[in-house]
Amino acid sequence: MSSTVATPAAEPRTNYLNVDYGWKSWVFSTDHKRIAVMYLITIAFMILVGGSFAILVRLELATPAGDMLQSETYNKIFTMHGVVMVFFFLIPGVPAVLGNFLVPIMIGAKDLAFPKVNLLSYYIFLVGILLTLLAAAMGGIDTGWTFYTPYSSTYSNGQVALAAVAVFITGFSSILTGLNFVVTIHKMRAPGMTWFRLPLFIWAHYATSLIILLSTPVVAITIVLVALERLFHVGVFDPTYGGDPVLFQHMFWFYSHPAVYIMILPAMGVISELISAFSKKRVFGYPVVAFSSLAIAVIGFFVWGHHMFVTGQSTYAGVVFSVITMLVAVPSAIKVFNWVSTMYKGDIWMTTPMCFAIAFIGLFTVGGLTGIFLGTMGLDIHMHDTYFVVAHFHYVMVGGMVTAFWGGLHFWWPKMFGRMYPENMGRVSAAIIFIGFNMTFFPQFILGYMGMPRRYHFYPEEWQVLNVLSTAGATLLGLGYLLPMVYLPWSLKFGKVAGKNPWAAKGLEWETDSPPTTFNFDKVPVVTEEAYAYPEGARHQPEAKVV
Amino acid sequence: MSSVDATGLAHHFEDLEQQREAATLGMWAFLVTEIMFFGGLFGAYVVYRTMYPQAWDNASNQLDVLLGAVNTTVLIVSSLTMALAVRCAAKGNNRQVAGFTFLTLLLGFVFLGVKVIEYKHKWDHHLMPGPNFQLDGVVGGHEQIFFALYFAMTGMHAFHMIIGAGLMLWVILKALRNDYTPQNHTHVEMIGLYWHFVDIVWIFLFPLLYLLGKHGHAIGAVVTGGH
Amino acid sequence: MSSTHPHITPLKVYFLVFATLIAGTWLTYFVAYKDFGWLNTPVAMAIAIVKAGVVVLYFMHVKWQSRLTMMFAAGGFIWLFTLFAFTLQDYFTRSWMPLYQ
Repeated sequence: MSSTVATPAAEPRTNYLNVDYGWKSWVFSTDHKRIAVMYLITIAFMILVGGSFAILVRLELATPAGDMLQSETYNKIFTMHGVVMVFFFLIPGVPAVLGNFLVPIMIGAKDLAFPKVNLLSYYIFLVGILLTLLAAAMGGIDTGWTFYTPYSSTYSNGQVALAAVAVFITGFSSILTGLNFVVTIHKMRAPGMTWFRLPLFIWAHYATSLIILLSTPVVAITIVLVALERLFHVGVFDPTYGGDPVLFQHMFWFYSHPAVYIMILPAMGVISELISAFSKKRVFGYPVVAFSSLAIAVIGFFVWGHHMFVTGQSTYAGVVFSVITMLVAVPSAIKVFNWVSTMYKGDIWMTTPMCFAIAFIGLFTVGGLTGIFLGTMGLDIHMHDTYFVVAHFHYVMVGGMVTAFWGGLHFWWPKMFGRMYPENMGRVSAAIIFIGFNMTFFPQFILGYMGMPRRYHFYPEEWQVLNVLSTAGATLLGLGYLLPMVYLPWSLKFGKVAGKNPWAAKGLEWETDSPPTTFNFDKVPVVTEEAYAYPEGARHQPEAKVV
Repeated sequence: MSSVDATGLAHHFEDLEQQREAATLGMWAFLVTEIMFFGGLFGAYVVYRTMYPQAWDNASNQLDVLLGAVNTTVLIVSSLTMALAVRCAAKGNNRQVAGFTFLTLLLGFVFLGVKVIEYKHKWDHHLMPGPNFQLDGVVGGHEQIFFALYFAMTGMHAFHMIIGAGLMLWVILKALRNDYTPQNHTHVEMIGLYWHFVDIVWIFLFPLLYLLGKHGHAIGAVVTGGH
Repeated sequence: MSSTHPHITPLKVYFLVFATLIAGTWLTYFVAYKDFGWLNTPVAMAIAIVKAGVVVLYFMHVKWQSRLTMMFAAGGFIWLFTLFAFTLQDYFTRSWMPLYQ
C-alpha cells in the first residue's frame, strides 16, 4: 500500500511515548496508543492472576484425592480462573491492546472516533477488575464463570452479587470499545481506503464490534436479573415461583456463545496479517476471508442452544441449534484453507510471529473440529460437562486466541515500542508454548472421552497418568508464557532499534514511524493500492532473514 | 490531548461534517445496545406471558391504567418539547433551546413523580416481589414474576429517565452559554435521540404492562383479577 | 472545512407527529377494552410499532439520515426479533416431545 507519507531520515523524533512525561500524561491520555499500552500492562497482570489460579487447579488434579484444596476452595479457584481469563483477558485481549493501537493507524486516522470514550472504557475496565478482585478477597464465588441459576441466585454462598456487578461493569467497557471501532471504521478511513482495501485485521475487528454491540447488553440485563433474584428473591429464575432457570441459560448464552467469537475473530484477523507478511503474498481469496468474518459474526448468534442440549431445552430446538452449529464451522474452515493457500509457494520466513501463526492454524483446527463433535447433539449427551469440553475450548481459546495474541504482540512490538525483541528467544518460547500446550490439553480429550467430569477435584486412580501428564504440560506452558514476559520488557531498553518496517511488510502501520507520532501520520495518507499488494513471486530480502 | 478548536471541531476529525456523522452513527450504535438491553427484559416477558397468561392478566389488572395513560401522554409531550429544543438549536436560538429543554426536564419529573405514586401503591399492597408478596391473600403465585418484570422494566426505564434529566441540565447549561450554533449543535441532537428512545421504550411498556386483562370489559371499568 | 446544512423540519410535521402519538395512545387504550381474541396483543403491538416508527422517523430524524444510520436503527430491532424467535422456538416446541410433558 503506497501512500504519500514523506518523512526525513530518522533522527530521534517525537513519538507518542516521548512526547510527554509524567504520570498525568498517561492516566489522562486520550491517545489510543497510550491507552493500548495501559490495557497491555493491565491485561498482562490479569494473565498472571488467572494463570496462578490455573496452576492451582492443575496442582490439585495431579493426584486422584482432593488433598491440597477443600472442595469449596477448589470450586472457587476454577471459578476465578474462568472469570478472570474470560472477562479480563480473552475478551479484551486482542481488541483492547492490538486493536486499540492499530485500528486507527491501519485505516489512516489520527485517533479513534471518540478518544475520551476510549479512555473511559479503560477506567470502567479497571473498576470491573477491582470489584472482581474484591469479590475474590471477600470470599470468592463458586458458581463457575457461567453463573448458572438457580445455584447462583438462590443457593451459592459466595459473593455472587458483587461479582455480577463486576461483570456487568466490565461489559460496558467492552461495549464502548466496540462502539468506537464501528464508528471509526465507518467514518474515519483515509482517502482511498475503500472497504476492500482494508486489512483483514480491520474486517475482523469490525465483525467483532458488531457482536459486542448486539450481544453484550443482553448478558448485562440478565446479570441484573440474577442480582435482583439473589438480593430480593423476586422469582424470575426460581422454579418455586414458576420461574425458569433455562431462560437464564438462553439469555446468558445469547451473549456468551457469540462471546467466543469476540475472542477468536480478532485473533483470526491477526493471523491473516502474520501469514501474509511472512509468506510475502496477498492473502488468498481476500474477499472471501473478509466476508467469512461477517458470516461468523452473524451465524454465531444462532447456535447458542448447543450449550443446552442436556438442560431440558426442547429436542426440536436442539436439532435446529445443532444444524446451525455445523454451518458456523464453514466460514472458520474457509479461513483455515485460505491461510494455508496463502502460504503455498510463498517465501516463508520463520520468525517468531510466523511460528505462532502456524501453531495457531494447527491448534485452532483441532479445537474447531472437536467443536463439531460437541455440536452434534447425540454425541454431546455423552461428552457434555466432561474434560473433552474443557480440552475443546482451551484449544480454541488458548491454542487459538492466546497464541495469536503472542504472535501479534511480537509482530507489532517493534511498531509499538521501536525495538526488536530477541528473535531466538522468541522462537524458543513459541516452541515451548506449542509443546507445553499440547501436553496439557491433549490428554484432557482422552480423559473426557473416558468420562472424567469437569469441575471435580477427585477422580479414579486409573486416570492419574494422564492427569499428571497434563499438569506437567501446564508447568511447561506456564514457563513458555513467562519467557516473553521477561524478554519483551528487557527488549525495551536493550533490543535492536527497529526502524519503520523491520519486516518489509505492507500496510499503513509500517509506513509511519516506530513508535508512531501522537497523530500517527505527518500527513493524511492517500491509499492507492489494495491490502497486501506484494508483487508476484516477491521474496524476503536475504539480509533481513538473518535476524 | 484531544483539543477542540473555536468552531467545536476536535483535532482528529477533518471537518464538522465528519464529526457530526461520527457522533450520529455512534449514538445510533449506542441505541442499538439499549434496544438489546431492554430487549432481554422483553424476551423474559414474552416467555413468561406465554407460560402464565391468566396470572399475567390478573397481575396487570392491579396496575392503574389511568396513571399509566397520563404518564404516556406526559412522555409524548416531553418528546415534542425535546424535538422543538433540537429544532431551535439548529436555528441557533439558544434561549429557546434552554426553555424547551427546561420544559422537557419538568415533564420528566412529572413522569417520575407519578411513578413514585404507583410504586408506593404496590408497596402498600404487598405487590413487591419477594417473600412478602401476596395477591388476594395468595402467597407465591405466578403473578409475582409479572411484578418482578414490571419493576425491572419500569425501574430500568425510570433509571434511564434520571440519567436523561442529568443530560437535560447539561443542555440547559450549554444553551445558557450560547454554545449551540447552526453549524454545531450535535450535542443537543444526540441527547434528543436518547430522550426519544426512552419514550419509545415506554410506548411499548404501556400496552404490555397496563392493558392486558381488560378485554371485553366496559371502558374505564376497574377490573380486578380473580383467584 | 465544509459547512454543515442543518435539517430544519417544518413545525407542522412535528405537530402532526405529536397528534398521531396522542391519537395512538387513545386508540390503544380503547382497543384494550375490546375483545379480538388472539388478535388482542397483535393489535396493541401494531399500534405501538406505528407510534415508535413515527418517533424514529421524524423526531429522531432517521427519515433524513444516511442509509447507514437507517441500517443501524433497523438492525437493532431485527436482532431483537432473532433473540425472541430463537428463544421461543424452544418454549413453543417443548410439548412436541412426550419426554417433556
